[in-house]
Amino acid sequence: MTPTAPDARPALDALLRVERTAFRLDLALTAAPGETVALLGPNGAGKSTALRALAGLLPLGSGHLRLDGVTLEEPATGLHTPAEERPVGVVFQDYLLFPHLSALDNVAFGLRCQGLRKAAARAAALPWLERMGLAEHSAAKPGRLSGGQAQRVALGRALAVRPRLLLLDEPLAALDARTRLDVRSQLRRHLAEFEAVAVLVTHDPLDAMVLADRLVVIEDGRQVQSGTPAEIARHPRTDYIARLVGLNLYRGTAAGHTVSLPDGGPELVTTEELTGAAFVAFPPAAVTLHRERPDSSARNVWPATVDGLDLHGDQVRVDLSGALPMAADLTPAAVAELDLAPGSSVWAAVKAAQTRAYPA
Amino acid sequence: MSSIRLRAALAAASVLALAAGLTACGSDAATPAATASAPAGSSTASAAAPKATGALTVFAAASLKESFTELGKKFEAANPGAKVTFNFGGSSALAQSINSGAPADVFAAASPATMKTVTDAKGAESPKVFVRNTLAIAVPKGNPKHIAGLADLTGVKVALCAKEVPCGSAAVTALAAGSVNLTPVTLEQDVKGALTKVELGEVDASLVYKTDVKADAAKIDGVDFPEAAKAVNDYPIAALTKAPNASAAAAFVAYIQSAEATQVLTAAGFQTP
Amino acid sequence: MTLSGPLRKAAPSTGGAPAATRRRRSRRIPYPLLLPALLGLVFLVLPLVGLLVRAPWSSLPEQLTSPEVWQALRLSLICATSATVVSLVLGVPLAWLLARTEIPGRRVIRALVTLPLVLPPVVGGVALLLVLGRNGIVGRWLDSAFGITLPFTTAGVVVAEAFVAMPFLVISVEGALRAADPRYEEAAATLGASRLTAFRRVTLPLIAPGIGAGAVLAWSRALGEFGATITFAGNFPGRTQTMPLAVYLAMERDPEAAIALSLVLLAVSVAVLAGLRERWLSTT
Repeated sequence: MTPTAPDARPALDALLRVERTAFRLDLALTAAPGETVALLGPNGAGKSTALRALAGLLPLGSGHLRLDGVTLEEPATGLHTPAEERPVGVVFQDYLLFPHLSALDNVAFGLRCQGLRKAAARAAALPWLERMGLAEHSAAKPGRLSGGQAQRVALGRALAVRPRLLLLDEPLAALDARTRLDVRSQLRRHLAEFEAVAVLVTHDPLDAMVLADRLVVIEDGRQVQSGTPAEIARHPRTDYIARLVGLNLYRGTAAGHTVSLPDGGPELVTTEELTGAAFVAFPPAAVTLHRERPDSSARNVWPATVDGLDLHGDQVRVDLSGALPMAADLTPAAVAELDLAPGSSVWAAVKAAQTRAYPA
Repeated sequence: MSSIRLRAALAAASVLALAAGLTACGSDAATPAATASAPAGSSTASAAAPKATGALTVFAAASLKESFTELGKKFEAANPGAKVTFNFGGSSALAQSINSGAPADVFAAASPATMKTVTDAKGAESPKVFVRNTLAIAVPKGNPKHIAGLADLTGVKVALCAKEVPCGSAAVTALAAGSVNLTPVTLEQDVKGALTKVELGEVDASLVYKTDVKADAAKIDGVDFPEAAKAVNDYPIAALTKAPNASAAAAFVAYIQSAEATQVLTAAGFQTP
Repeated sequence: MTLSGPLRKAAPSTGGAPAATRRRRSRRIPYPLLLPALLGLVFLVLPLVGLLVRAPWSSLPEQLTSPEVWQALRLSLICATSATVVSLVLGVPLAWLLARTEIPGRRVIRALVTLPLVLPPVVGGVALLLVLGRNGIVGRWLDSAFGITLPFTTAGVVVAEAFVAMPFLVISVEGALRAADPRYEEAAATLGASRLTAFRRVTLPLIAPGIGAGAVLAWSRALGEFGATITFAGNFPGRTQTMPLAVYLAMERDPEAAIALSLVLLAVSVAVLAGLRERWLSTT
């Protein structure tokens, strides 16, 4: 179900099988170069186990792990590359910056382990701090950094060793709501620039959808669905995913209260006032469907075509195509009243108050 | 980081509480002294002494442990109603307790100097020397270095008592008398320490009391030497002025000087004055 | 060790109501804690006061000019410091082994490590003689193969003191290691650090306060060591006679001299510990 073309060799090719008492991880994971994959799932689904297995902190029971065509681990042949020998960088959930080292020395740590002398490692580490916008904090100990700054130092530290696989464990979970917005957009930029594979673990669908090119939803140690954020939002395979990834998300350019979608797409009106690249999101439940063009106060109104209908719990998720593809959640009664079927033409409306805009 | 520091401090506190500075005091030789049967004439000696009753506390030098324990039983048998309790230890430590007000009736010291600290403090009057102890060379079983006298000690590893304790000052005197100039490997804090080193074979010889050699006969051998006669250690005994049981104290002091007691003491290796 | 006096004087300059509230709150120490705390303090300090009161101040200068005293003091400091170094070199890795690995029988090993704490030091000294003495299991071999004999040597004093002092360090460091987050070592591994590098560059600095506390404990314990030392290393001035041994023997001859020597030992150890503390505080 991966979007990777069969002839293109994936940069990451992993079959992660780990047996624990009362828990079993069995996850196939592939990714193309430059791709960011988010592992999304509830607590205890096995996300962190998968991450630790990728990092080499937890041995595989069986399966394999190949990176850029090199096999790093394969229990069947007895191959296990220890964590310190893998070209893998990790940003831990609480960053785990070494408290006795300055921000600069934290970033330089991996370079020193590669054999660089102290001065050379520091010289090589400084551009990374500059890139993270933290050059003036290079002498600060982690205890004196804000959560957002610490997160960036952790990212710089992981990137400085030029990993071929970057792992991020709930990278935004430790931040407060305000910082989170800023850090998320910065992180998104850094991930977009990153030329190798990034795997991100999160339980927050918004983080996953904003940061990742592709989502892998896992439950009980197994993949239940994989695809782009929009695909999954519109065709959730389980009720759980429908609830979890119930978000219509778009990227565009904001000017005041309006966000214009690229390629001549429609404009969305939001309550937030932003300028520049921005995300707009609204839940499927915020969408109302009408047979006629509604004459209501809603300013976000577009014509759409019903592509599919799926019953999830007591809601029907309607997949809509048109100028603005989206998912809408309706009650079965409303679906019956509107007499919706694949191919029906409808008007979709969303109140500005129910949209959320974020800087991208 | 502060929690680490706190934990470290707690751990430090708990281990400090555990660490009791233990020091070994006194000698407790494993082998009992040879028992001496009381001769027929001895009964007259104890009969002549005043009868004692009640509790009696005797502070005595550690080297007297075996003989005094035996004599205490005989004393109790001769004086129904009397109950003797002993406190054996280093003479100077005992003297210090007595001078600090420890409730003792009788003090038997291993040296006149130690007894003098008690008499100087008006804790006792007119002590009597009741036995003397002389030195012997203690060697490991079988005497592997074939030591026959003081002169043989120069080429081997020797443990002496420190000159601060009676056996050490006696050793200094004996060595001077024999014009033997030797450098010991250690100056032990008491006889027991010197004996242990011989028992374990860490030294080839040590100068200890004859009584110690007798008491430890299962583990070591003793070698007598003539210069020992020049370094005789007197053991004084005295009833204490603040004795809670003065009459029993006087009776016990008299009994220790009796023929019956002397027999037991000589059997243990002591000499009569 | 913040004193309330200067704090109170400084308070008006910082000014304002919050400072006043903070001051009020900090003064309210509950009696169920305060009373036993003070009692504990008195219990620990009073015997020292006793030493000071009974100290022969008039004859003190004369006692202290004796070269034997300085010889014993010098030996004590050298041996206690060497024993601490030995304890650090062997004890820190041992603590790491106990805290961070899954070696079989770890509980038993930990119990064995703490055994010297409960063992009477004299027994410990005898045990050392039985192993490292010239007839000991290891000592015999050391003697025949290398001509090394430990009993009655300064090295023997270091061995005896390290035997008694090392458990303090191991326990202290193991506690610090357990309190330190092992994931820092994992983070170091993902950055390419081998286990040894991670230990050296990450774990050691993290647990430095614990190591410092353990080293101070071990040093103090080694400095006061008597039983194991005199049993294993014997007592000979300039070679194996440390201060506690000198104090013990002085007690036999002249209790006043013993008190004087004890005071010297106390003063020196307090000065060293205070100096170290000052140094730590100024560098951090």
